[in-house]
Amino acid sequence: MARRSAPEVNAGSMADIAFLLLIFFLVTTTMEKDKGIARQLPPIQEDIIPPKIKKKNLFIVLVNKNDQLLVNENPMQLKDLREAAIEFLDNGGATSNSPEYCNYCKGKRLPTSSDNPNKAVISVQNDRLTSYNTYIAVQNELVAAYNFLRNRESQRLYGWKFTEVKQEVDAGTYIGDMAAAQEKLKKIQQLFPLKLSEAQPKKN
Amino acid sequence: MSKFTKKKSSDLPPISTASLPDIVFMLLFFFMVVTVMRDTELKVEQNLPKADQVEKLKKDRSIFIFAGKPSTQYRKAYGDEGRIQIGDKYTDVSKIGLALKEAQSKLIPELQNKVVVALKIDDDTNTGLVSDIKEKLRELNMVKIIYITTPGNQLEE
Repeated sequence: MARRSAPEVNAGSMADIAFLLLIFFLVTTTMEKDKGIARQLPPIQEDIIPPKIKKKNLFIVLVNKNDQLLVNENPMQLKDLREAAIEFLDNGGATSNSPEYCNYCKGKRLPTSSDNPNKAVISVQNDRLTSYNTYIAVQNELVAAYNFLRNRESQRLYGWKFTEVKQEVDAGTYIGDMAAAQEKLKKIQQLFPLKLSEAQPKKN
Repeated sequence: MSKFTKKKSSDLPPISTASLPDIVFMLLFFFMVVTVMRDTELKVEQNLPKADQVEKLKKDRSIFIFAGKPSTQYRKAYGDEGRIQIGDKYTDVSKIGLALKEAQSKLIPELQNKVVVALKIDDDTNTGLVSDIKEKLRELNMVKIIYITTPGNQLEE
């Protein structure tokens, strides 16, 4: 009587399984892409005369070693900083017949606050013992204020958001005329130039 | 008796090894992808602060500087003051220039003057250390920096 042998396992689909696993791992391993707040440091120059800035065009943020904020000599909570910075940058206090008049500002036009966004300077000063966490939080809020205003202007002029298009252009995924988009981004940046000054931290 | 009946062996049929190359290639690809992620061993703590107004880092032109308290296994030897790490080793503030120049020379030549310094700094560090690094970077004329953060917003905590 013939004894039956065990049937051979079909290995043809093994390769498919292997590829399936490979694709699974490729998709699920999220390459931790680093993101962060980009900055350009001022180059070292000798004998520079500090430019004279009117007091009303300055927005001074002081952070002490206990991570408390003092904005233009008033204590402030971190959550109010963004709003205050937007109000300051968007103020447009110059009178309508002066050459510095800001025709796109929607602020309160207080004579005691900044003349126009081009003149407005935000100055951050922190103690050496300020925690890095707070430092980044302050920077983040100030960048958020600029981004809010830039988004508003790009929405008004071109109908898209500045931050979204900038991200696409940086990543190279922008669909359409890249050069024209870059030109537009530059224009928006000129409307609200990032003028953030950082003083040397005070010695404690 | 019949010549069509095959000779039966009592052994089990051999397991097919035809797919072994596939499996090996799969593993190879997987490790190739994974190993590029960590090329330095972290010797400092890295709890990055949260921020949401961020830009992406271009990895091909960046040099990393890590800073923070030494990790627990190094704390006995190095104390718990904030320290700077470039590459695999601790570096003193006065010597970061040399380490950075070395790291810069490893980038492809076309991008060497577009270098971006990525600062990966623990959120518990003093800003004093950060501004020391920044001051040094200004002297070295590496003025493009990026503070690496994790997604989120500190106000939502």
